[in-house]
Amino acid sequence: MTYNYSDLETVGELPAEPVLAAPEAEAAKKIEGRSPWRLAMDRLRHDRAAMIALGVIIIIVLVAIFAPVFALITGHGVYQQFRGPAPPIGLTPTGQPVGPTSAFLLGTDDQGRDILVRIAYGARVSLFVGVVATGITVGIGLIVGLAAGFFGGLTDSILARLMDWLLAIPFLLFAISLVSVVLVHPIGPIRPGLPVVIIVLGVLTWASVGRLVRGQVLSIREKEYIEAARALGAGPWRIMFIDILPNLLAQLIVYATLLIPLTIVGEASLSFLGVGVLPPTADWGQMISAASSVYLYGPWWYLLFPSVALLITTLAFNIFGDSVRDAFDPRGDLFV
Amino acid sequence: MNAELSAASTGPAGDEDVLLRVESLFKYFPIKSGNPFRRTRDFVHAVDGVSLEIRKGETLGLVGETGCGKSTLARCVARLYDLTSGRVIFDGQDISTWSARRMRPLRREIQMIFQDPYGSLNPRRRVGSIIGDPFAIHKIATGAERKQRVQDLMELVGLNPEHYNRFPAEFSGGQRQRIGVARALAFTPKLIICDEPVSALDVSIQAQIINLLADLQAKLGLTYIFIAHDLSVVRHVSDTVAVMYLGKVVEQAPVEQLWAHPRHPYTDALLSAVPIPDPEHVSERQRIILVGDVPSPINPPPGCRFHPRCPKARQACVDSEPELTPRLGDAAAHLAACHFPVQDGEDISKSRPSIGADLRVIETGLVGGS
Repeated sequence: MTYNYSDLETVGELPAEPVLAAPEAEAAKKIEGRSPWRLAMDRLRHDRAAMIALGVIIIIVLVAIFAPVFALITGHGVYQQFRGPAPPIGLTPTGQPVGPTSAFLLGTDDQGRDILVRIAYGARVSLFVGVVATGITVGIGLIVGLAAGFFGGLTDSILARLMDWLLAIPFLLFAISLVSVVLVHPIGPIRPGLPVVIIVLGVLTWASVGRLVRGQVLSIREKEYIEAARALGAGPWRIMFIDILPNLLAQLIVYATLLIPLTIVGEASLSFLGVGVLPPTADWGQMISAASSVYLYGPWWYLLFPSVALLITTLAFNIFGDSVRDAFDPRGDLFV
Repeated sequence: MNAELSAASTGPAGDEDVLLRVESLFKYFPIKSGNPFRRTRDFVHAVDGVSLEIRKGETLGLVGETGCGKSTLARCVARLYDLTSGRVIFDGQDISTWSARRMRPLRREIQMIFQDPYGSLNPRRRVGSIIGDPFAIHKIATGAERKQRVQDLMELVGLNPEHYNRFPAEFSGGQRQRIGVARALAFTPKLIICDEPVSALDVSIQAQIINLLADLQAKLGLTYIFIAHDLSVVRHVSDTVAVMYLGKVVEQAPVEQLWAHPRHPYTDALLSAVPIPDPEHVSERQRIILVGDVPSPINPPPGCRFHPRCPKARQACVDSEPELTPRLGDAAAHLAACHFPVQDGEDISKSRPSIGADLRVIETGLVGGS
């Protein structure tokens, strides 16, 4: 009348694996599964665009690290103004910038400084802000999002409202007003220049990451393997960091790589508006800003080269970030 | 047969053989209303006063339609949920109000096997670390010793221990379910709650997993609560079967007793829905087709909860709730909650309810209870 299960004598055993004659280490490697990380890294390694973008990023990082070498080779300090009369002369007799020459490969700016050396130093600020502010954003967003999504209830309500509130702040207006306040009254460590830039780009923008993480945690929390962990007696911390966190990392890494170029452009925008990095520190946004006011009189190189530096940097990071996303999510079900 | 059964399976309340006793367990889930200012809240009556007993080394089958509260009951017993009221007595200890922290040592003794072999294994972790989880959580055995124990477990459930470093995605559904079984077996628990462990598997793989569970029970003396909606599976594995309907146990009996003499019309209808793998006999069978859908557990019907769909419903079924007791002179182990139990040989597919259509909530759905 019913299916007779005892007829099927396939109790426990699976067919034995053929014994491998190879040395044990090699055999173990064959059996070892390839982790989602390894698979993603392999895919990334075979993505030509990603590798080119990564090469460009490495070059930019090297330029930033070895910026003093540029100064050493050219013999031009980053703040040094070549007003003459001794050569090389970085300003025309009428006080105009000098175009690209053998002495100044990328020309000089309106103060008679070497643009090549200043671009190299500017890479330091861009990368520093890009990485540090993104790190702060992702770090705070991860912790708050995890807490909100995992604990739920009142914690979630408060944190979710806080995120809404932060997302509602217009960050350019806030940055400008914050700078005008701290120019007069520094608030603790918050003073004009890099601290303000980091606060605006790092501390005020984590809400988007927090939301992403919270949403992910809310869906992962309902998975059966979380219930299984509970049934095994795992405590909340173990569930959060051993069971949930690894499932978030892929998305976080992708989000972070795509956030870096945004942050770099954000920093340049703030400096362009005069509320970012303070002169005389070399900075791309500031150079573009200064160039745009004298550009009409002819020094195209002053506007072009810092802009190209910014363009190449953000483009490389964006292409790399896209490829990282494709590598982690080839079927496109993590990110819509 | 009845005398034999009653001697074997009924005992006084303090019976030492009883591993788990559930006493009038209630679990209501509040429904979030969109309006925070509304005073009264609605509740889903997921489990509504269930009492059960399971003896050491036996298997209790729990059957019922989707949404009847089987899984909720299991999770209450495993204390993954807090109870609304009632008691869960495990091995002589009342664990019904224990905190998560206090429950932790006891987690070694009560384990669960889950329905979905894909959802119940963390995709980002290696199989060795998943099966080693119980050791890590309870801080028992580290390093090489843990690896050895994990590999022993893998061997026990018929997995290749060399696949220790693989990821769940590299296994088939049946193999994944074996991983789930291995994880549950880490400390040789006294009670394993199997929440539809084979519903998501192919029929041939179902047989493998069921036989594996039966072998392990014989080898390790395990006690199972086995939830399923496939009655053939339940009949094969269970010693005792409890039939649930809308949060209540409507009938409970030793398995062969239940199959031979179903007393509750709902049980009868369920059994009549089991497919017969013999075309010669199919036509002899009277399929009992229930009217309507399962009513909402938010607002269950008064009296006997089955009355809106029951072909034998009378006025008494609306007025009073039947108790779960032996009916028609059955042995003490055979309990049914029905005012008008099904007689042996009675064909209820020809019965018609006597109460008016205004009392019976007849819906347009054609077939239920399959």
